[in-house]
Amino acid sequence: MSAFIELFLRFLPDLLSGAAMTLLLTAEGLAAGFVLGLLAALGRTYGSKVWHALATAYIELFRGTPLLMQIFLLYYGLPGFGITLSREWAAFLALGLNSGAYQAEYLRGSILAIGEGQMIAGRAIGLSRWKTIWHIILPQALRLAIPAWANEPVSLLKSTAVVFLIAVPELMAKAKAIAAKTYDPIGAYLAAAVLYLVMVYLLDAFMKWMERKSLIPGLETK
Amino acid sequence: MDSALILQARNLTKRYGANIIFQDISLDVQKGETIVIIGPSGTGKSTLLRCLNLLTHVDSGQIFLEGEEITAPGINEDRVRQQIGMVFQNFLLFNHLTALDNVMLGLTKVRKLPKPQAHEKAMHELARVGLADRAGHYPGQLSGGQQQRVAIARALAMDPKVMLFDEPTSALDPELIGEVLGVMAQLARENMTMLVVTHEMGFAREVADRIVFMEKGHIVEQGAPDDLFERPQHARTREFLWKITELYGKKEKK
Repeated sequence: MSAFIELFLRFLPDLLSGAAMTLLLTAEGLAAGFVLGLLAALGRTYGSKVWHALATAYIELFRGTPLLMQIFLLYYGLPGFGITLSREWAAFLALGLNSGAYQAEYLRGSILAIGEGQMIAGRAIGLSRWKTIWHIILPQALRLAIPAWANEPVSLLKSTAVVFLIAVPELMAKAKAIAAKTYDPIGAYLAAAVLYLVMVYLLDAFMKWMERKSLIPGLETK
Repeated sequence: MDSALILQARNLTKRYGANIIFQDISLDVQKGETIVIIGPSGTGKSTLLRCLNLLTHVDSGQIFLEGEEITAPGINEDRVRQQIGMVFQNFLLFNHLTALDNVMLGLTKVRKLPKPQAHEKAMHELARVGLADRAGHYPGQLSGGQQQRVAIARALAMDPKVMLFDEPTSALDPELIGEVLGVMAQLARENMTMLVVTHEMGFAREVADRIVFMEKGHIVEQGAPDDLFERPQHARTREFLWKITELYGKKEKK
C-alpha cells in the first residue's frame, strides 16, 4: 500500500497533466458533439428531406462503427487524401463526431417528447416554425434530455482512454509510460483509475446539480 | 354594434385522404359577433377552427380576413395567425415559462415590442383575465382554469381581430368551468369577435349572438340562440339538443 502511495505521489504531476488532457478532450468532444448532435437531432425531427437523410447517415455511421476505427481512419487514413491532422486534432474530431451521434439520439428523443401541441401553440401566436423550435421546443427538450444525456459526459470521458493508441498524452498514455518506467503496471494503472473515478464522480455531481437547477417549477415528478 | 364583415369562409372543404372532414362550409362573421358552433364529436368543428387560422389547410375554398384572402398562395401565414387568436382544449401553455412570460413571448418575439412595454401590456392582459397576482407562477403551479385564462391572455396580447375557442372548458373540472366562461362572456360584452366550439349550452344560450349547428361536416342549421333552441327547424338539431340537455341537465340555465 505504501509503495502504491509513494508511486502515486511521485508521478502525481505526470498523472495530473494526463488527467487535464483527458478533461480537455472530454470537454471539447462533448461541446463539438453537442453542436453536431443538436443539428442531427433537429434534422431528424424538423429538418428537410436532405437534412434528415444527412443526419440519419451520420448517426448510423458513427454509432455503427468502433470509435478506435474512427480515430485510426482520421489519423492514419486522411493523410492518404492529403489531409494530415495532428494527434490532438484527430482525437478531438473523432471524439466529437462519435459523441455527436449518441447525443443526437438523446436529444431527438426529448424533442419528440415535447410533442406537437407546443408547436401548434407557438404557431398560433404568430411565431414561425423555427422561432417556435428555438424559443419553445428546445428550452423544454434540453431540460428533459439532461437525465439521460448525463450518461454521455461520463461515457465520453472513459472513451478518451483509447486515444493513447495514437499517442495523445492523456491519462491512459501517462499510466502506460509510468508502468514501463517503474515495471509496476498494477500501481500505474490503479493510480490512473483513481483519477478516472474522481473525475467521473465530480462530473456526476455536476450533472445532478444541473438537473436540479433546470427543473421547471410545478413540473417536478416526485 | 358595427356590422362590418370581418371573417368570411367560402365553400371550405377539408379531407384527410378519402375521409371528408367537412364539405362546402360557408360562414360570414360580423365584427363583434359571438358565434357558438355546436354539434356531435367528430363533425369537423375543431378542424374548421384550425383551418380558419391556417394551422391546417383547407383542400378547397377561400377564407377572407377583413376582405384579404388569407388562403391565397404566398400569403404570410405567421402574420395572419398573429391576427387570429386561438385557445385550445388542453391550454397548451409554454410549460417552461411563467404566466407573465407566456403572455410576453408573442409581444417580444413576434410583435417586437421593447421589454418594458411588453411587460406592461402582458400585465394588463393578465389583469383582464383576473390573474395579475399569478404572473410569476409556472403553468404547473396553476389550476386548469387559471391555465386556460393565461392562455386566453396570451392570445389577447396579440390584439387579435378574431378569437377562436376550441372546446376551451372540455378538459376542466366542473367547478373550474365557470371562471373561464366568465372571462369569455366578458370578452363578448367588450365586442370581441369570437368563434366558440363548445358543449356548454348555457353559455351558448346566454352569450352567443348566433348558434351554428354542424353535423357530419356540414352546417345543418344556424340562427339566434332563442330560435335555435326553442324552434329548431331540423330533426337532427332537435335530437342533438335534446341529447345534450339530457347529458348536461337543466343546471346550465342559471
